Amino acid sequence: MNVDGRAWVFGDDINTDLLAPAPYLKGSMEELASHCLEDLDKDFAASVSEGDVFVAGENLGIGSSREQAPQALHMLGIRAVIAKSFGRIFYRNALNLGLPAFVCTDVARIGKGDRLRVDASSGTIENLTTGESFTCEALPDHLLEMLSDGGLIPHLKKKLQKP
Amino acid sequence: MPLMSMTLAEKILARASRHDRVAAGDIVTCHVDLAMVHDSSGPRRLAPKLSELGVDLWDPQRVVLITDHFVGENDQQSLDIQSFTRSWAAQRPLGGYHEAQGICHVVLPERGHLKPGMFVVGGDSHSTTGGAFGCLMTGIGATDMAGVVATGSIWMRVPETLRVRLDGVLGEGVAAKDVILSLCRNIGINGANYMAVEYTGSGVSAMPMDERMVLANMAVELGAKCGIVAPDATTCDWLAKAGVQVDDAGDWQSDADARVARELIVVAADLAPQVAAPHSPENSAPVDVHAGVAIDQAYIGACTGAKLDDLRMAARIVEGRKVAEGTRFFVAPASVRIAEQASEEGTLDILRAAGASILPSACGACIGLGRARLAAGEVGISSSSRNFQGRMGDPASQTYLSSPYTVAASALAGRIADPRSYL
Repeated sequence: MNVDGRAWVFGDDINTDLLAPAPYLKGSMEELASHCLEDLDKDFAASVSEGDVFVAGENLGIGSSREQAPQALHMLGIRAVIAKSFGRIFYRNALNLGLPAFVCTDVARIGKGDRLRVDASSGTIENLTTGESFTCEALPDHLLEMLSDGGLIPHLKKKLQKP
Repeated sequence: MPLMSMTLAEKILARASRHDRVAAGDIVTCHVDLAMVHDSSGPRRLAPKLSELGVDLWDPQRVVLITDHFVGENDQQSLDIQSFTRSWAAQRPLGGYHEAQGICHVVLPERGHLKPGMFVVGGDSHSTTGGAFGCLMTGIGATDMAGVVATGSIWMRVPETLRVRLDGVLGEGVAAKDVILSLCRNIGINGANYMAVEYTGSGVSAMPMDERMVLANMAVELGAKCGIVAPDATTCDWLAKAGVQVDDAGDWQSDADARVARELIVVAADLAPQVAAPHSPENSAPVDVHAGVAIDQAYIGACTGAKLDDLRMAARIVEGRKVAEGTRFFVAPASVRIAEQASEEGTLDILRAAGASILPSACGACIGLGRARLAAGEVGISSSSRNFQGRMGDPASQTYLSSPYTVAASALAGRIADPRSYL
């Protein structure tokens, strides 16, 4: 489970209303994703590329339980999220969707646009732009297994299909 | 002696995970006693996932569906969601389906679905509210919920407990909302991340259920997994009126020597009314700091701030007075039943006479929907729980949070005001 992409760097307290604004919750997921973080950076949604990595400070995803928050990032092409700390529901939601989420104290050493290589199973991040590498808190085995299946639904599907 | 030296949260998760005992940090698979979903997180999000799994509800009787998010909305998308939700409910023998009866966190206990000791998950972050009734109730997202309703179980990390002890009784014009806003400032909006916040002390014992619900509701604003109040006579009496007999309240108490990660002591008599400035509940300060800020709108609403006691607080302040010229005053009772009670006892008449417009019992402006959205450049004060940028209207609007007392006083003054001068 390796991710290789550009870093998008945001600050502390990126909440679910910023990630998935309520006025668009009732529409399609595609429309909602196009408004992701528009109050902070109106070009963000249109500029993310497949494989990019989302980096934030403290409390990423605090607020609502709306799964559309990590789902919007995932749909735009974000393939890993790294933060100093997470809102607990966002953290579960991201992993359930198959989006690796890492708690990392070294996010200040990542700049916008840096090329990152993330090894999800070991929790290692290489910053190819600066040449630094650092380690995140490793995910427990049951979550790694779920991630390698592609998230909770494919994971459960596999389990339910077993005799 | 399986239940020695555990916190209340540990006892509930031990029972739910079929262990004699669990300890903070353990990761356990829990059997869910009840799953609550609403019209936004519910059928429209669950149906495709269940069909991908090729299963339906593990136990429809343990699933309660309450519509509150898109209630009162008139656009085609909302109508389609309501219609889909209705037909999904009609096809399944659910444990409860409450359409347009009010906000889920208030309707759930009101209709007798909660009981001390239960492990409950809800598809909404403010599901922590259920902890006021001695349940461990926590919010989860849609995929987690699909897993729960498909299998009846979910993994949980047993939380450490942060004990908040409220000593003494709150002063006149000071409410549970002021306690929790001051906690948001003191420990920060993720200060109890992953934890159970257990509220104890003489100040909590003296609180009616509506006030305890505020403490549990906004535990999520501290980042907590759950907020919890151990059941006592107040809990049992309230639940008896909702048709729920409790005979095991004594089982659902933290042991005196249970380990807690941290204890905070709040001296009730020292607490002034609090106001949280934009754009975070942790920006709270005593009302003096923000007094005088001009407002366009005052809103009494949401699961946090529009229960019967909340409406009574507002009515106490505005009785015989008029809202300031040019200030809009909206009241959205948290449930239809609360609106009925408030109407019967005259509380709604007092609010109307002061100039309040009564809005539907739904999430409304707290999630940026309905008639009380703030326009760009406008300033509002609200009894709801979150004032993140753009949540209650335009991103260029500003929301202050406070108790219903302070919202009502501010409506009268047309600016943020200390409610104690109106008592």
